[in-house]
Amino acid sequence: MKTLWIKLLLWGYAVFSMAPLLVMLLSSFRPTADIFDDPLGLPTGPDLGNYAKAWTEASFSTYVVNSLIVVVSAVLLGAAVSLLAAYPLGRRRFAGRGLFAAYFISGMTLPAHLGVLPLFYLLESLGLIDSLLGLILVYAAGSIPFNVFVLTAFFRQLPYELDEAASLDGAGPLATFWHVMLPLVRPAIATVIVFQFVPLWNDFFYPLVLMRDESKLTLPVGLTHFFGEFQNDWGTLFAGLVMTTIPLVVLFVLATRQIVAGLTAGMNR
Amino acid sequence: MALSTTRRGSSYLFLIPAFLLYSVFVIYPLFTGLSYSVFTWKGTLRDTFAGFANYAALLTESFLDQLLPALGHNFLLFAGTMLVQNTLGLAFALALSRARRGKRLLQTMFALPYLVNPLVIGYLWTLLLSPTFGPVNALLSGAGMDGLAMPWLGDPATALPTVIVIMTWQWVGFPMLLFSAALGGIPQEYAEAARTDGAGSSQVFWRITLPLLRPAMGTITILSFIGSMNTFALVYALGGSNGAPAGATDVLGLLFYRAAFASGDVNAMGTSSSLAVLMFTFIFGSTLLLQRVLRRKA
Repeated sequence: MKTLWIKLLLWGYAVFSMAPLLVMLLSSFRPTADIFDDPLGLPTGPDLGNYAKAWTEASFSTYVVNSLIVVVSAVLLGAAVSLLAAYPLGRRRFAGRGLFAAYFISGMTLPAHLGVLPLFYLLESLGLIDSLLGLILVYAAGSIPFNVFVLTAFFRQLPYELDEAASLDGAGPLATFWHVMLPLVRPAIATVIVFQFVPLWNDFFYPLVLMRDESKLTLPVGLTHFFGEFQNDWGTLFAGLVMTTIPLVVLFVLATRQIVAGLTAGMNR
Repeated sequence: MALSTTRRGSSYLFLIPAFLLYSVFVIYPLFTGLSYSVFTWKGTLRDTFAGFANYAALLTESFLDQLLPALGHNFLLFAGTMLVQNTLGLAFALALSRARRGKRLLQTMFALPYLVNPLVIGYLWTLLLSPTFGPVNALLSGAGMDGLAMPWLGDPATALPTVIVIMTWQWVGFPMLLFSAALGGIPQEYAEAARTDGAGSSQVFWRITLPLLRPAMGTITILSFIGSMNTFALVYALGGSNGAPAGATDVLGLLFYRAAFASGDVNAMGTSSSLAVLMFTFIFGSTLLLQRVLRRKA
């Protein structure tokens, strides 16, 4: 009896959890007039008119392409430099190792976005305002603390005999890193890349401040413009929301394991 | 010897790219902000040394009238997150730890909203809760609860609680997954041993499971605190940069954004930089304090 109640509550919450997303998806296939007529109705057919409108008239195509360029480059750059740094931090002895590790990892609790004004003028002096490259550098830098934290812990777990064996074979540090370590830390790299993708894809604050040019906007700020412009065209609005969400849902379905691993890695902070 | 020194040197070479990128784009701006805050600005030009005048301006009545409510709202969001979202997350993790079938599916469904952009969530819920064409009110009136069909986000009295519900809806999967992982790490034998000694299931929960979940709770508390203090995109989408209705959803993040970019004040850089330093000290300091307190207890 008690377990039945628990089951009922769990599935009841599941309905509450999914219903708003379902309404969003279903409404995106309905003409606005239909939505206003009956907010809870079903689409009459697979009508992609709203999507076509959002994609062309509302320049979603530009936003999506910009977002993909920025997020993919930033995630890869951030992972690459963090990987290089995590290797000595996790496996080698040198003066200041603890200090360097603390310096990088302290960034996980720093409210970095409060530095946005000086960052704005720094990027301006470098000619990187309204530039995708500027946003990429900011994002990659911001991803370093978490990446270094996760990757250093992972490097540390690998057996110590590996380095000895490699150096006996005459491998230098770069060769050891590239041929011995890199293949072994692949799962951690996957975690870091997947886990950073979500917050960067969703980030709104930095582009809101750093990007002005309509043709350089990423999805989130683009979305605010879109919402102002299409206020009364709910069908198109829902289609825009779905398009912003789809890439992350696909990512989640493909990489649930990495996302959960990233979440639990944060537990040891 | 020669070998080991080249090796040591090469360790630093590995660190250089990350060190440069992180120092230039994260650390340097944070600390330059500190120097910005002690100058008077004319637009983007640095004028005269101001000492603590910018900070004093934050404490004048006209600014405090915005600062204190915003800070209060951040705290209410934190309290709501702890009481509603994290309690619910723990309950789900416990219930699911016993479930045999459908566990993965339920976990995925609970966690899915976490993936959705907070901005999308804000806009989605403004549409869902719209008093004219919103499906939520259509549903409520359809079920005969006309009294509950009201402008949830438009009424200053219900706006902030509604934000807490929306945040819970989005984030509950996060404490659930962390608690699930922590529960998975507790050996079954503990509970079994207690039961053979005659402990009831509520005793097992309060005396065994809950104390063992303390580290996870500490992490979740800290992350919830940071999250609540940094709330921005969701409230921006729900109430715009002024925290509509009537500032009922205004938070520190929005206040800082307005002070920096929308105040029209000549000395906006000075004022907003000092606000940033104040917020930085407060958020970072509280986080460290919270970390220390929670570690000691654990």
